[in-house]
Amino acid sequence: MTHLTTIHATLVALGGLPRSIVNLDKPGHYIHWHFIQISVANLIVIGSMLVVFLLAVLVPFPGHRSKGGRDDG
Amino acid sequence: MDDVTAAPIGSPEPDGDPVTKTTGHPGDAKMWTARLRRRVVRAFPPDRLLPDRQPAYVASWIYVFGVATVAALVVVIVTGCILAIKGPQWWHVSSVGHLVNSCHLWSVELFFFAMIIHLWGKFFMGAWRGRRAMTWIVGGVTFLASIVTAFTGYLSQTNFDSQWISTQAKDGINATGGGALFNVLNFGQMLMWHITLMPLVIVLLTAWHVLLVRRRGVVPPYPAKGEKGAMALAEVAQ
Repeated sequence: MTHLTTIHATLVALGGLPRSIVNLDKPGHYIHWHFIQISVANLIVIGSMLVVFLLAVLVPFPGHRSKGGRDDG
Repeated sequence: MDDVTAAPIGSPEPDGDPVTKTTGHPGDAKMWTARLRRRVVRAFPPDRLLPDRQPAYVASWIYVFGVATVAALVVVIVTGCILAIKGPQWWHVSSVGHLVNSCHLWSVELFFFAMIIHLWGKFFMGAWRGRRAMTWIVGGVTFLASIVTAFTGYLSQTNFDSQWISTQAKDGINATGGGALFNVLNFGQMLMWHITLMPLVIVLLTAWHVLLVRRRGVVPPYPAKGEKGAMALAEVAQ
């Protein structure tokens, strides 16, 4: 791992690899709860989906008072 | 029909719909082309296939995520075509290759993000109501096919990540009994699944899903109860 890190640092220094905003060159964080094991990254994505879902249901759509639409359902 | 038998092939009918009518030659109406054309036009009349307006209840953000999924799919396919043209060395080494590779990954992330919210929304509004069961089923199958596509994509990266995933997945796949047919250690097979077979399946299923939505219409929300529900129904009916 140290060898790979050195190669990566050398490539970054030479401009061959861009620096990441988040350092992914290390083991990920995981959450354990009984038999459930999930990475923090996946948990954040699922949480974001729940938040966006609630916003999509609750936030009014612009111009939602317009009428005259055909009910093709 | 006899009075128009002299009409030349391709000439428009003097009256009626030129799409559903035949050229007027005896027996044309019974040809498979005419029958198929009539059936298609009956199932998908142009104003239903591409309507100018949507029902009032569609004015909600939750109805946006279906088309957002399709939009993300378009970006996935376009970036995937560029990656296929340029090849692995390009997407691993060059800056533009990194960008397109990242766009391919993140458009897939957005594709699944929007598709899951679309699925949740349609589940809670019972989108299989009103003869829409096939629409729901095709959507579900498309979701499962998308998982297979994404998985074979992870195996086609040509890096340590794809090697790690394939060696970790082989035992699980073998445990299902499908290892001989679907060998995750066979890079050529996984690549072909990812860039030919599965994209074809996804595009066809998505097209079928969208056509079913157009045919049956967008599912309305459950009717509200009580006085508030009656007021809402009256508003929609206006």
